[in-house]
Amino acid sequence: MKSWNNKAWFLVLPMLLLVAFSAIIPLMTVVNYSVQDSFGNNEFYWVGLEWFKEVLESERFHNALMRNLLFSAIILLIEIPLGIAIALAMPRRGWGVSVCLVLMALPLLIPWNVVGTIWQVFARVDIGLLGYTLTQLGFDYNYTQDVVDAWITLIVMDVWHWTSLVVLLCYSGLVSIPQAYYQAARIDGASRWAVFRYIQLPKMRRVLVIAVLLRFMDSFMIYTEPFVVTGGGPGNATTFLSIDLVQMAIGQFDLGPAAAMSLIYFLIILLVSWVFYTVMTQQDADSAPGRGQS
Amino acid sequence: MARIVLNNIAHRYGAVTSSSATQSTGDAASYALKPLSHVWEDGGAYALLGPSGCGKTTLLNIISGLITPSQGQLLFDDNDVSQLPTEQRNIAQVFQFPVLYDTMTVAENLAFPLRNRRGINKLSDAEIKQRVAEAITMLGLEKLAHQKARGLSADDKQKISLGRGLVRTDVNAILFDEPLTVIDPHLKWQLRTQLKQIHRQFGHTMIYVTHDQTEALTFADKVVVMLAGEVIQTGTPEDLFKHPLHTFVGKFIGSPGMNILRCGLDGNEAIVDTFRIALPCHYPVLPGTLELGIRPEFIRIVNQGEGMPVTISAIEDVGRHRIVRALLGSQALDIVVPEGVGIPSHAEVIFETGNIGIYHNSRLVNSTNTGVS
Repeated sequence: MKSWNNKAWFLVLPMLLLVAFSAIIPLMTVVNYSVQDSFGNNEFYWVGLEWFKEVLESERFHNALMRNLLFSAIILLIEIPLGIAIALAMPRRGWGVSVCLVLMALPLLIPWNVVGTIWQVFARVDIGLLGYTLTQLGFDYNYTQDVVDAWITLIVMDVWHWTSLVVLLCYSGLVSIPQAYYQAARIDGASRWAVFRYIQLPKMRRVLVIAVLLRFMDSFMIYTEPFVVTGGGPGNATTFLSIDLVQMAIGQFDLGPAAAMSLIYFLIILLVSWVFYTVMTQQDADSAPGRGQS
Repeated sequence: MARIVLNNIAHRYGAVTSSSATQSTGDAASYALKPLSHVWEDGGAYALLGPSGCGKTTLLNIISGLITPSQGQLLFDDNDVSQLPTEQRNIAQVFQFPVLYDTMTVAENLAFPLRNRRGINKLSDAEIKQRVAEAITMLGLEKLAHQKARGLSADDKQKISLGRGLVRTDVNAILFDEPLTVIDPHLKWQLRTQLKQIHRQFGHTMIYVTHDQTEALTFADKVVVMLAGEVIQTGTPEDLFKHPLHTFVGKFIGSPGMNILRCGLDGNEAIVDTFRIALPCHYPVLPGTLELGIRPEFIRIVNQGEGMPVTISAIEDVGRHRIVRALLGSQALDIVVPEGVGIPSHAEVIFETGNIGIYHNSRLVNSTNTGVS
């Protein structure tokens, strides 16, 4: 029989309090709002799952969700392969390593709204270096009016901002591969592709799981940059869930639907992340003894 | 399969390769491998023996092409392969720690080096399958053949690494770089016997790096002993035991190793402390450090008054014989005493004249060997 050591609860208590105030209580507030309606004066009426139904059935939500999924998919498809490619091309020793690492880390050190501002100015057709040059070269580019241009601008910005993270993670995976693996591959006459496919990629899998999860969650929650650059436009073309949510909650003060939407939003991220994690770590589970080892 | 010739090969880490081939005048201490010429005969089973850091692995990597030597020439039969990349040398090499392709099954791992072949060397699927099946039987991996390679025990992993070398039955040579370090002792013995069997069956040239003398002596027809980037002796296990050319070989081979006693020389007598010991021949006067080497097996214990008195400090019974730890004057002396021979309380010893070697600056002075049968 296992006996409970009640003293342990005292040790857990501070952490519980911290988590309660930082996560559980705010989340409960949102849950509270999501099942009630308010007409001001601090009067609330129970509406059950009405708001959830409304949000899930609204076209506005569907469109924003599709935009989010498309954006995340494009981001992952570009940043993951590009990150791997850059990591593979980076030097493994010598002074080049520090130069590359510093250059890679730079975009990650810039605050998100500053990144937005940089690109907002950079891509402007009247004064921005990029926008102006493109226009002068004869391209019909204007991110404030053209939907495709707005998307391209946001995607290029995100790739610029976040590919470094993927690169750094992959690089850390690559440098941890012992030299003997490369030597054995040469002895076995493996091609460059085979070395990548059978040595580097499997050894990078763990960091790639982290990279994919982080990039998915971050890009799915993207708010600041499109808010600064396009403000959700032109029209609603770049109105992602987060932007929509803020408009609903603060712009229109529809607290109930906004709360319901936040919860749905949260659950979608949780669900998709779980799917990614499960699929990508499937191989570990196949050979059970290896699970949990580093 | 091929005869492998090293022609004045040397290596310095960090040195500019190939272009500095003519500048062999550098500081001798900086060599990982000092200039060396050596022939590995086709089909030989060699052990490369030496302490850690003596250049064994460097030498191996030069043969397989993982390292380009700073100078010298490498020939397979009559072909100069010095500039060929590893892939084109057709050499198998097994490393100290298991290297596996995690995402493949055991059978796929073994098939990998065969599948990588292109052009005229390309094998049909049926042939690959057959060779892999043979290797699997040889190594006793039948049960694991279709399991993923990750998550296996270290023993099995290393067997697979070995197997990737053994499936390539037409290699020029198989190089083993301390392959049994991670293997369980009882399995070690079994695998070594298997390697020996495979050697007899296929007649590959095998070079086996180790710092364990038992491993070297049981595996190899010929043992190459290295010390500090230099080959100091090549010979059969018997040669190394009977005629060590260097005090290191004497100490390293044998259990216990050779007794090395500081001495002086006077014609055909050696002077150890106050004792005069007869030598098989006359020696010239030599400046530098002089030492007398004699194996514990060639020292006989006699009764008082017949030899040189020793002080016995310990007697170890190791089964077939006893090892006597003693002092001759001020110098330690190990003596092997066969079963049934008594050890008197006031023991004295005599050295078998024919088995004494004189070492000048650690190297055997040549003339001694003439009198030894």
